[in-house]
Amino acid sequence: MSNVWTIARRELNVYFSSPIAYIVLAMFSLIFGYFFASGVAFFQSISAQAAMNPGMAPPMNVNQFVIQPTLGNFTIILLFLMPMVTMRLFAEEQRQGTIELLLTSPVTDYEIILGKWLGAVLLYGCMLGLSLISMAVLFLYTRPDWKALLAGYLGMLLIGSSLLAIGAFLSTLTKNQIVAGALTFGLFLLLWVLDWVSQYSTSMVGKVCSYLAMPPHFEQFTKGVIELKDVVYYLSAIFLGLFLSKRSIESMRWKA
Amino acid sequence: MIQVEGVSKRYGPHQAVRNISFEVERGEIVGFLGPNGAGKTTTMRILTGFLPPTEGRAVVAGFDVMEQPIEVKKRTGYLPENPPVYPEMVVDEYLDFVARIKGIRGPEVAQRVDAALERTSIGHVRSKVIAKLSKGYRQRVGLAQALIHSPDVLILDEPTVGLDPKQIIEIRELIRSLSGEHTIMLSTHILSEVASTCHRIIILNQGQIEASDTPANLIARLQGGESVQLEVDGPAAEVAAKLQSVAGVDRVTRGSDVAGRPTFTVDSQRTADIRAELARAVVESGWGLYGVKATGMSLEDVFLKLTTTDPVAEGSEGEAEAAVAAEEN
Ligand SMILES: Nc1ncnc2c1ncn2[C@@H]1O[C@H](COP(=O)(O)OP(=O)(O)OP(=O)(O)O)[C@@H](O)[C@H]1O
Ligand SMILES: [Mg+2]
Repeated sequence: MSNVWTIARRELNVYFSSPIAYIVLAMFSLIFGYFFASGVAFFQSISAQAAMNPGMAPPMNVNQFVIQPTLGNFTIILLFLMPMVTMRLFAEEQRQGTIELLLTSPVTDYEIILGKWLGAVLLYGCMLGLSLISMAVLFLYTRPDWKALLAGYLGMLLIGSSLLAIGAFLSTLTKNQIVAGALTFGLFLLLWVLDWVSQYSTSMVGKVCSYLAMPPHFEQFTKGVIELKDVVYYLSAIFLGLFLSKRSIESMRWKA
Repeated sequence: MIQVEGVSKRYGPHQAVRNISFEVERGEIVGFLGPNGAGKTTTMRILTGFLPPTEGRAVVAGFDVMEQPIEVKKRTGYLPENPPVYPEMVVDEYLDFVARIKGIRGPEVAQRVDAALERTSIGHVRSKVIAKLSKGYRQRVGLAQALIHSPDVLILDEPTVGLDPKQIIEIRELIRSLSGEHTIMLSTHILSEVASTCHRIIILNQGQIEASDTPANLIARLQGGESVQLEVDGPAAEVAAKLQSVAGVDRVTRGSDVAGRPTFTVDSQRTADIRAELARAVVESGWGLYGVKATGMSLEDVFLKLTTTDPVAEGSEGEAEAAVAAEEN
C-alpha cells in the first residue's frame, strides 16, 4: 500500500511541476463556473417570473434549477479534460524508458497501476474541490439540500474515476502520448454518443449500447439519487480499466 | 549469486538468445562482451525480471526470477542502457522516489540518498533538475539509482557509454570499488573496459556464449601461447636457428630490420615466460641484444577473432567458429 502511495505522490508532483495541472484546473474552473453561472441566471429568471405570477406554484428549488443542470453539463468537461490527464500516465514512462525502472523494482504491477490511477484521481479531486467554491456561494444565499448535493459529488467522483481508469489503460498501449490522447478521446466520445443511436432502436444491441453509454448512469446522481445499478456500472468500469492495464503491462513485458 | 541454465529468448520468430548457461560467484565482476544485437541487453533484462525467458531458468541471489520476482528485485540494482530517469524531477527527489519503491522506509531513505550521492560523486548537483544535467551526470544518477538499496547484485548495461574519458575512468574505478560487496555484471563493447574492470569475460555473439574466461586466459587461449619480439645484432639465419633451439619455442619468424638489425617474433606454446631464456641464448652466442618485448595479443584482437562474422561471406563465419572450437580443445 505504501508503494501505491509513493507512486501516486510522484504522479501528483509531475502534474503540478508541469503546466498540465494548471491548464486542466483553470479550464475546468472556467467552464464549470460558466455552467454554474448560467444555472444561477436561469434560477433567477424563474424566481422573478414566479414572484410576478402568484398563480404559478413556487418551484423555488436550487437543487433542481441550479445544481442539477450544472452537474448535467459538467460531464462534457470530463470528455475533453480527462484524456489530457491520463494520456501521459504510461506512454511517457515507455518513451522515457523509466517503465524499466518501475518493472524492475520490487513493486507489483497492480501497485504501479493503482498508484498511477490514484495520482490522476487526486488531481481530479482538486478539480472537484475547486467546483465546491461555486457550491459554497449557493449555500451563502440559499438552502440547498446538501444530501442530494453529496450524492451528486459521489457521482462525479465515480464517473471521473472510471474515465481515468479507462484512460490509464489506453495509455499503456503506446509510447506516444498524442496517440494515447487521441485514442482516449475517441473512446470517450463513443461512450457519450452510444445512447443517441439506441434511442431509435429497441433491439438487443440498442439496449446494450444504451447500457454501456456513460452519461445516462450519471443522471440520477444529479437529482441526488444514488442507484445501485449506476454505482455498479462505474465500479465495473474502474475495475475493467485497471484490469486491462494489468494485462497490457504483462504483455508489454513479453514484447518489450 | 547468479545461475543461468539453458536460457533462450525469442522475439516472435527472431531468436535473440539461444540456450545460454553461466554462473557468477558472489563478489565477482563479470563482463558481457559482444557486438550490437548479440543479446547482452536481452540477457540482462531476463536477469532483472523485466523480461521472462522463453525457455530455461535464471536464479539471482538465490531466487528464481520467474517464480519470486519481487525477492529478486529487492536484491538487484539495474542500470538499463538508457538511464531510467524522470527528466522533470530534481536529483534528490528522484533518488528519494527510487529508494522508496525499492522498499526503503522512514529516516533510512534520506541516509541512503546521501550515501548514493556520495558514492557516485554527484552531491553538488543534488538540487538540479535531471533534464539539465549532462549525459555523464545523468548516467551517474542512473548508477546512484541502481545502488541506492545496496543490492547484492548489480546489473549495469553499458555503464560508460557516452561518457568522456575522465568520467569513464571514474566510473570504472567506482565499479571496481563496488566489487566484493556487490556481485556485478556489466556489458560493453569497449574491450579495454572489461579487461581493466572484470574478473571474467563472457563473450556473446548472436545470442550464444562464445567464450567465458579471465581476460588473461582468453588471450593466452586464443594465442595458444606467448609471443616475444627480439631485436638482435647478429647474423639473421644463425640467430633464428639459435632461438628456435630454445626449449618451448614454437616458431620463429623474421620481421623487418630496425637500424640494420634483424628483428624476430618468437611464438611459444607455453604460457610461461621464456624471455629470460631467449635473452640468455642470444647473449651467450656473443650477439648484441637490443630489445626483448612480450606482445600479448590485445583483447581487441580476441574480440575480432571471436565474434567477427562477415555477413557477406558465409564461409568466414564457419571458419571463425572452427577457430574457436579448435582453441577450446
Ligand atoms: N523488443 C524487441 N523486439 C524484437 N526484437 C528485439 C527486441 N529487443 C531486441 N531485439 C533483437 O534481439 C537481438 C538482441 O538484442 P539486444 O538488445 O539484446 O542486443 P545487445 O547485445 O544489447 O546489443 P547492443 O550492443 O546494440 O546494445 C537483436 O537482434 C535485436 O534486434
Ligand atoms: Mg544492448
